[in-house]
Amino acid sequence: MNRTNREALLSDLTPEIAKTSRSWYIVFGILLLVFIVGIYGLVQQIDKGHIVTGMRDNVVWGVYIVNFIFFMGLSYAGALVSGTLHLFKTPWRAPVIRLAELITVISLAIGPFFIFFCVGRLERIPYILAFPRIQSPIVWDVIAILTDVFGAAIFLYVSFIEDFAILRDADNLQIAPWKKKMYRILSLGYQGTPKQKRILSFSRNVMAAMIIAIAIIVYSVLAWIFGVTLQPGWHSTIFGPYFVIAAVFSGVGLLIVLMAIFRKIYNLEKYITLKHFVNLGIVLFVIAAFFGYFTFSDYLTKWYGSVKMDKILIDKLFTEFKTYFIFANYIGILTPIIIIAIPRLRTINNITIASVIALLALWVNRYIIIVPTLETPFIPIQDTRHDWLFYSPTWVEWSLTAAGVAVFGMLFMIISKLAPIISISELEEAAEKNNT
Amino acid sequence: MEKKEQDSSSRRKFIRKVGLSLGSVAVAGSVAVAREAPENESGETVKLLSPDGTLVEVDRSSIKKARAQTKEQIKKSYKGIPDRKFVMVIDLAKCKNARKCVDACQEGHMLPKDHEWIKIQLLQDSELASKYWFPKPCYHCDSPLCVSVCPVGATYKREDGIVLVDNKRCIGCKFCMTACPYSARVFNWKDPEVDVPADHVYDPELNIPPVEGTVGKCVFCADKLRNNELPRCVKACPMGVIYFGDLNEDAVTNGVETLRFSSLMLDKHGYRHMEELGTMPTVYYLPPVDRMYPVEIGFEDLDESISDRYRTKDFTKSGKTKK
Repeated sequence: MNRTNREALLSDLTPEIAKTSRSWYIVFGILLLVFIVGIYGLVQQIDKGHIVTGMRDNVVWGVYIVNFIFFMGLSYAGALVSGTLHLFKTPWRAPVIRLAELITVISLAIGPFFIFFCVGRLERIPYILAFPRIQSPIVWDVIAILTDVFGAAIFLYVSFIEDFAILRDADNLQIAPWKKKMYRILSLGYQGTPKQKRILSFSRNVMAAMIIAIAIIVYSVLAWIFGVTLQPGWHSTIFGPYFVIAAVFSGVGLLIVLMAIFRKIYNLEKYITLKHFVNLGIVLFVIAAFFGYFTFSDYLTKWYGSVKMDKILIDKLFTEFKTYFIFANYIGILTPIIIIAIPRLRTINNITIASVIALLALWVNRYIIIVPTLETPFIPIQDTRHDWLFYSPTWVEWSLTAAGVAVFGMLFMIISKLAPIISISELEEAAEKNNT
Repeated sequence: MEKKEQDSSSRRKFIRKVGLSLGSVAVAGSVAVAREAPENESGETVKLLSPDGTLVEVDRSSIKKARAQTKEQIKKSYKGIPDRKFVMVIDLAKCKNARKCVDACQEGHMLPKDHEWIKIQLLQDSELASKYWFPKPCYHCDSPLCVSVCPVGATYKREDGIVLVDNKRCIGCKFCMTACPYSARVFNWKDPEVDVPADHVYDPELNIPPVEGTVGKCVFCADKLRNNELPRCVKACPMGVIYFGDLNEDAVTNGVETLRFSSLMLDKHGYRHMEELGTMPTVYYLPPVDRMYPVEIGFEDLDESISDRYRTKDFTKSGKTKK
């Protein structure tokens, strides 16, 4: 029984590793092209200076920082979701947990690059390690992010070991010899003995617990970069928890979107079912409710008894940024809530669409946290230069943003060719539990 | 970065760069060589382009000497001038937007025309109150957030109260710019393209030359203070608006009259801008009462690009102005 089950799983999940379709190459080529355009933008920026971006003396942080927070948010949410699902032994977790872990590591690898794009002198980045000042929230962030990168990578790797062993032992698998060799090395001689099983399970539990704690710390520190300043709209005590909730919101949204994509193109309908979409949809629902509540209480207190600067900021948000505000804080939060709340609407397509809207809205939400605040400094901007008064991103910033998304896609595509996107060992374990 | 430098190396720029880093070294180095006994020479020579464009050979040991000089300069600038606590007082009753302080500052620090370390704002505290001109340098706060948030210690508070930026250390993260509630800092968004004298030695106290991708701001003319001179803006102001002095001596001067700081604060109700933020500026203001001129005089003889500045409230994002 055990044997045939594994063979069935292997035959369902490994074809993508064994061969690569033409459309894979086409999509990869398109993403590569987007990436190259981004590199061209970066070269322009390094050559001509940051003048090619839309950032100026007042809005010194723009789309780059928005992307940075956004990608970091995706990563920590991946960690929180996979960590929590693992620790609480959620029965339906098997097919989605690896996707969540991959999101964590990949977005964690991409996010910091947007900080590099934003920094005026790229070659001096090592100074942060050479002359660190522990008072600076940026240094807290560097320490926290580095810890998280290692933690998340270990968590991911540990969860892969059993699968590498299975792939190594699968004799009738038609794959390139170098892949076989890779599996042999990466499985670290795992044979599934009781002792090995115990050690592995223990490490996974420890890492899952740690990854949750680190995720909360890292995203709070990120929020404090804004919270510690005196700027209107940023100087808020709610920012730490608010950012953590926002991160989980975007992470769950992305997980649902990727589930829908991989389910379609890799024919995983048997494994990723409506049940998974609905269950994660309910997580999204709860988080959306929290997120909406935090957003509301943050803006309500600013608007109701507003000091001068808060009033100026709120006025700007409700006039110039009205459309953004409505999309980010009404549509983005209410759409997932409504779709999940009404059982009739809970289809895979609807839940996926709600997640896409939630993701985009969260990006816009970050944008209207960063930009309007910087456009309303304490001492009014008096300048004739239009771009000094109002920020609008240039093609360089957009091209690098697109490049970030493209790299995210490419890394996912590459990894899906090296190892199954769904954990075979987890599925096996789940099947065994169902049988007994 | 290296690639970039290659790409944009116009001849003038190249000479400037070489003149800056090596040429100054060569000049300073040759002085050092002249002074040092010849046995200190390593015997190993290095070819350098001198400021006038000729190739010269200099001993390697002398190059180290000159580098150390710059380093010492930077080190000294981190310390500050002993037993001093500088303070500035700006008398808003006298300011008529003559903008001489801005010009003197830009000239003295080789700033591009669009970089202002001291800005003159037109403020109005409430709707029914009168408008007034408001010169705004860096406040050199005693509790400076910009210094707290800098991840690499490129901006620092000295013993004498001055906050400086070392643009050889600054990574350009702009965190200090978002942390400063007074918008005192400017960023070098592109190569400032200034022609620096070949024998110039970099020193954060003067902060020349500005470096692309780093932050600049008012330095209280720390280089002048070291020579017991007044800052450039103080000397340039025709109205004697800006007073500068030492809190330890309890005296400030605008170059014409010298006053006791404490009695000035008491008699004229000195205050600090946005005291409630808790940053504790070392720049004090005297309120715009019993004014010498009406505000409108400040608009006379202004370049249009400058006078338009004070109408920015009417600007909208989509169009140019709203009616």
